[in-house]
Amino acid sequence: MDGNNTIKTTYREAIKQAIREAMKKDERVFLMGEDVGRYGGAFAVSKGLLKEFGEDRIMDVPLSESGFVGAGIGASLNGMRPIVEVMTVNFSLLAMDQIVNNAATLLHMSGGQLNVPIVIRISCGIGRQLAAQHSHSWEPLFAHIPGLKVLSAGTHEDARGMLLTALQDPDPVIIFEYTFLLNKEGELAADAGAVNITNAKVRREGKDISIITYGAGVYKALDAAVELAGAGIDAEVVDVRVLRPLDNDTIFNSVRKTHRVLLVEEAWGAVNVSSEISARITENVFYELDAPIQRLGGVEVPIPYPKHLEEAAVPQQNDIVNKVKKMLQHD
Amino acid sequence: MIEFTMPSLGADMEAGTLVEWHVKPGDKVKRGDIIASVDTQKGLIDIEVFNEGIIEKLLLKENEKVPVGTVMATIDPGEEAVVKKKEKIPEPIEKEKTPGPIAKAKKEIEKVELAQEHHRAKASPLAKRIAEENGIDLSNITGTGEDGVITKDDVESAMIEKMAPKEEKKVTVATTENVRMAVAAAMSKSNREIPHYYLETKIDMSKAMDWLEEANKQRSVKQRLLPVVLLIGAVAKAVTEVPDLNGYWQNGLERKEEINIGFVVSLRTGGVMIPAIHNADQKAIDELMASLNDIIPRARAMKLRSSELSESTITVTNLGENNAETVYGVIYPPQVAIVGFGSITEMPWAENGLLGARPVLNVTLSADHRATDGATGSRFLMALKKYLSNPDLL
Repeated sequence: MDGNNTIKTTYREAIKQAIREAMKKDERVFLMGEDVGRYGGAFAVSKGLLKEFGEDRIMDVPLSESGFVGAGIGASLNGMRPIVEVMTVNFSLLAMDQIVNNAATLLHMSGGQLNVPIVIRISCGIGRQLAAQHSHSWEPLFAHIPGLKVLSAGTHEDARGMLLTALQDPDPVIIFEYTFLLNKEGELAADAGAVNITNAKVRREGKDISIITYGAGVYKALDAAVELAGAGIDAEVVDVRVLRPLDNDTIFNSVRKTHRVLLVEEAWGAVNVSSEISARITENVFYELDAPIQRLGGVEVPIPYPKHLEEAAVPQQNDIVNKVKKMLQHD
Repeated sequence: MIEFTMPSLGADMEAGTLVEWHVKPGDKVKRGDIIASVDTQKGLIDIEVFNEGIIEKLLLKENEKVPVGTVMATIDPGEEAVVKKKEKIPEPIEKEKTPGPIAKAKKEIEKVELAQEHHRAKASPLAKRIAEENGIDLSNITGTGEDGVITKDDVESAMIEKMAPKEEKKVTVATTENVRMAVAAAMSKSNREIPHYYLETKIDMSKAMDWLEEANKQRSVKQRLLPVVLLIGAVAKAVTEVPDLNGYWQNGLERKEEINIGFVVSLRTGGVMIPAIHNADQKAIDELMASLNDIIPRARAMKLRSSELSESTITVTNLGENNAETVYGVIYPPQVAIVGFGSITEMPWAENGLLGARPVLNVTLSADHRATDGATGSRFLMALKKYLSNPDLL
């Protein structure tokens, strides 16, 4: 801890402390997932927790996403507050039936009698050379589904705080975490804790353009904004955070201020979260736009294995800088 | 070679500041093209050219202030002649081998026409909204956005320019004060130099008003005629009968062939602008109405063309509804007459030994006694009365 009451911590540690805090606060909370116990988590997020909380609350499960996500739903229906970890978003497809047909639907099917207060944490994105079956950004698939709340933890603050608020929610919440960020160090308030999971957040104020992004795009956009400031461009960075339901107001207010929009995300370009935000801006604040909305999305290929190709498959800081310069200075 | 000079946009103008060239050497121009914007006390005026040809040299730099009459550019009229000759080349002989020059020329013409047809200012949604809210004409704005798209910044600069043309370039600003000073200069000159004489008559406007009501029944709201259009039409016709009132006094009376009626437009902020309605005697009533509808808002926005500001040959001042009954005008030099119309007011009217109430118009003529005498002026007012009493003559 330094003098300003902030601590340096990694993104991984922030998630771990969130889980610890949640489990200490509420006995109904438990963690289940593949290798979360003895192995300490595929990405070492839950290392040491088995020892601290015991086998009943840190639960290793068989390699069956449909099975253990379904078990989590059942536990939540019976008064527990399960945190279900899905190792990577690619495996989440195996649990999609449970998530869409049960978690997201039961409140409706039961005529409002059955809430499903489950929290599902899913690692996603590139960064560790895990190739085309472990690296994708499929937030848009989940953001499509009514009945889910979909969060994206693009900062240390949200890695530390989103889980705590999500566990208070009576309905299913999906939290996306980013393997790319796990080792990244960041500053966190010493008393950091639960955060709002309703609103998007302006991470940097600016007046020339709104870079609207989430997840792994947030720090890249912030770094790009610093670089752009050197070129005389004052960029605002909006972290969408809540991918479903989208916080229109924060986004529209930013557009009203800057009149230009660049949407950045790692998910494949076609039919992603940016598509939806772009449409909403056009529908609602068209007359605030001073230039066409632009998007930077993932290249539409299976994520490649080699590091340089992996990096080339999603928007990088440089791409953001170049795109913004083209939009504002177009020469 | 033709010399294009700094035009005089009114008796009070001694110098103008070139703000912007709209052409460059090598550009083809034709009569009526706007080739430059000049800043005067009356605001930023678009200057038209009156010859056809090719711009040879631009002799003034932007922001240079020069006296009226200074050569601003030279125009080569040659190309025009060459083009005409080309058109005379007999086609049939070369037709088979080379569909060349003529086809090419035709294509060029088509291209030009096409380009003009498709010319639509591309502007961002925000720029369009701001322009609409502030009455800015996008077609006069050069876009600086990607591919020349007009952006918010472009519209905002245009707004600043409109309010205070080129303030940052340190040229005259068309403020209320400057317009005031321009009016002051012209009117002082008039009062100092022109020996005015004044005549006045009353006209029964019953027939004219009935005629107008009938005429408007057949017109859409947009095309409605206002009484003022009859007054302008009548002045134009009457002055054809008394041509001595249509012209300038410059070491003697110079009659003008064209009848260009200057129409006094009061600015909301004070001061007046006098745009000209060209060839008013040859325009049908609806055309005159259209001219007025076009010119008045532009005068208020100080967006007039040079010919509209400088070429009027007689002035009309009209007070309009619910105003004073009589106005005695001060002649706008170098013109020799100004006709003043008061407000049409219902008044007792004796005719054939009977009293009745009629809509009555007080008309005055202020004329330059150096150029004409009272008898001439009276003939004019009687002619005017004839037309307004028999509006079918218009």
